[in-house]
Amino acid sequence: MPLGASAWEGEGNGDPGARRPAAATNTLTLTEDEMSSVTDRQGALPRALALLLLVAVVAAACSSSGSAPPSTAGAVPSPGFPVQIAGVTVKTRPTAVISLSPTATEDLFAIGAGAQVVAVDDQSDYPPAAPKTSLSGFKPNIEAIAAKRPDLVVVADDSSGVAASLGKIGIPTLVEDAAPTLNDAYTQIEQLGTATGHTTEANALVTSMRAAIAAVVAAQPHRASPPRIYHELDQTFYSATSKSFIGQLYTLLGAHDIADAADSQGSGYPQLSAEYIVKADPDVIFLADHLCCGQTPATVAGRPGWSVITAVRDHAVVTLDDDVASRWGPRVVDLVKAIAAGLALAPPGTS
Amino acid sequence: MTAVAGAAGAAVDRPRATRWWVTAALTLVGAAAAGILVGPAGLPVRGVLLAVVGRFPLVHVHSGLSPTDRAILWQIRMPRMVLGGLVGWTLAASGAGYQGVFRNPLADPYLLGAAAGAGLGATLVIAYAPRASGWPVDPVPLAAFAGAVAAVAVSYLVATATDRRAGAATVLLAGLAVAYFFTAVQTYVQQQHSATLRDVYTWILGRLTTSGWHEVWLILPYVVVSSAVLLAHRRLLDVLSVGDDEASTLGVNTVTTRLIVVGAATLGTAAAVAVSGLIGFVGIIVPHTVRLATGPSYRRVLPLSMLGGAAFLIAADLIARTIASPAEIPIGVITAFFGAPFFVLVLHRRSRV
Repeated sequence: MPLGASAWEGEGNGDPGARRPAAATNTLTLTEDEMSSVTDRQGALPRALALLLLVAVVAAACSSSGSAPPSTAGAVPSPGFPVQIAGVTVKTRPTAVISLSPTATEDLFAIGAGAQVVAVDDQSDYPPAAPKTSLSGFKPNIEAIAAKRPDLVVVADDSSGVAASLGKIGIPTLVEDAAPTLNDAYTQIEQLGTATGHTTEANALVTSMRAAIAAVVAAQPHRASPPRIYHELDQTFYSATSKSFIGQLYTLLGAHDIADAADSQGSGYPQLSAEYIVKADPDVIFLADHLCCGQTPATVAGRPGWSVITAVRDHAVVTLDDDVASRWGPRVVDLVKAIAAGLALAPPGTS
Repeated sequence: MTAVAGAAGAAVDRPRATRWWVTAALTLVGAAAAGILVGPAGLPVRGVLLAVVGRFPLVHVHSGLSPTDRAILWQIRMPRMVLGGLVGWTLAASGAGYQGVFRNPLADPYLLGAAAGAGLGATLVIAYAPRASGWPVDPVPLAAFAGAVAAVAVSYLVATATDRRAGAATVLLAGLAVAYFFTAVQTYVQQQHSATLRDVYTWILGRLTTSGWHEVWLILPYVVVSSAVLLAHRRLLDVLSVGDDEASTLGVNTVTTRLIVVGAATLGTAAAVAVSGLIGFVGIIVPHTVRLATGPSYRRVLPLSMLGGAAFLIAADLIARTIASPAEIPIGVITAFFGAPFFVLVLHRRSRV
């Protein structure tokens, strides 16, 4: 009977993008799911009271974003507003920003908009000053977001239709998807600068990031042939090709990604065979599954057959900060530096 | 009636029975050979053959394989093939056992919540046990094993509490309830720890990709014990197939028999799940194929399912690791891709009986 297995695989599916759209309708027709999770959070709140509250919140949200005089104190003088970013209109300088994207959180704080951020999602752990809450970016709860009365929401993943739902109750929502390239990451920083009234700081940040990365690239030694690298996303050998965001950084620093040969479908994130990795014999192994999955140079060396790999023999197995390696914010500079330091371990003679 | 027919069939068709044994054994040997010779690293066939021959006592040949190729052959490809065979062997045998003991053609090794229990066990460890902190062994397979056994035990206890004789239908329904309950808890824990999503997902999709001899030694004892107990009960399974009441009048203790067979099948399934994650359909399609070919007697269905299951999973894993080489396709995709249409066929044939 496949029931146990299939029900579990469906619900336990780790890909947040594959989830069913939760709340594509407007807030007044909440799904059972959202209703129950709200009552759970606030204890055994009677349904009627919850509805009342909801109506109040919606009314408040509408009035604060409508043409009526804004109720929030800091928003009265708004030079440079309204602004238009990717089809989203931000009418006044936002003073209650919610970020449901760890990358956007880092961006906002790096461009000096941190003081305008009132809440961030449960995965936004950097910088430490960010007001972390139990809000989820994977499974956004529209009502919980609306209850914080934001005047701007930033999300990284809109598979559940959160932008449309919030838009219906007058809350402008920016969708800053996973950046496919460095330039897209820069564009997102600039967009967040425009949306929060920190255009100058955003431009300055982008300029400094470009300069810092260019400096690392320029400092790369000349090599006869590119060092072969293997970037590990998890301990079942999911990797990233040079088409992916992270893979482009390796290319930028002159490395050859062994996962490139495996990417027939162009997903950018193929799962490699162990025997292929051993055969491809990478010079440097980068572990982006250190924090999540406990992988270390020692566990890699202990894998069956891996002791013959050049990177293992030469102690060129490098752990990356999983979080930094999976975001596309200002700390990309740190990531580039970490990769450059790892590449320096590649044997100069053979490469 | 089935038992009588099966016994009569076995007596009459001795040459045909031999043919099935030879076919199953040859299929397994063929799958194993292909599994060793073919792979993403593209090892030289002659070198691999010589290396394998060189392992036999008193044979001294030089394979000409490089140290890297030898490491790939002996430490990656060979244990993965063996482990795939053991997992397929066990899942098919357990599936056949479950089908016999519950007289239900749709029974599979995960019927009584083994998958849900394993999933909960693995998720709890991934979410709450600090990783990378000097565990002598990886705690995830152990937790998965314990979770699978616990789920089936709870199913049985719940069933016995409701129905002292633990009838097949009661146990099945209890298993269904327990599976859903464990899945709910697992999903909740996973939702509360979304940072662990990736690790849990990785586990679900299976670990044959990372296996070595360690996993083989880990599950071998369970496979041996489970298989021995199941084989010892193959005649009783034939008797059970006439129904609980009829089997009782023939002097079979149906409650005890069912408990022992389920226990053995669960032990094997839990061990398989612990090292390989969830691999569906093997436990259903292999016994049914054998049944369609050789008739319903468990005296043939059980052992032939073991050989067939091993061959099937080795072949499926071969496809999984070569079809998109050097990328992997999750093995569950391969088994279900072939298993699902087959499942429909089985249902179709059954509906015409």
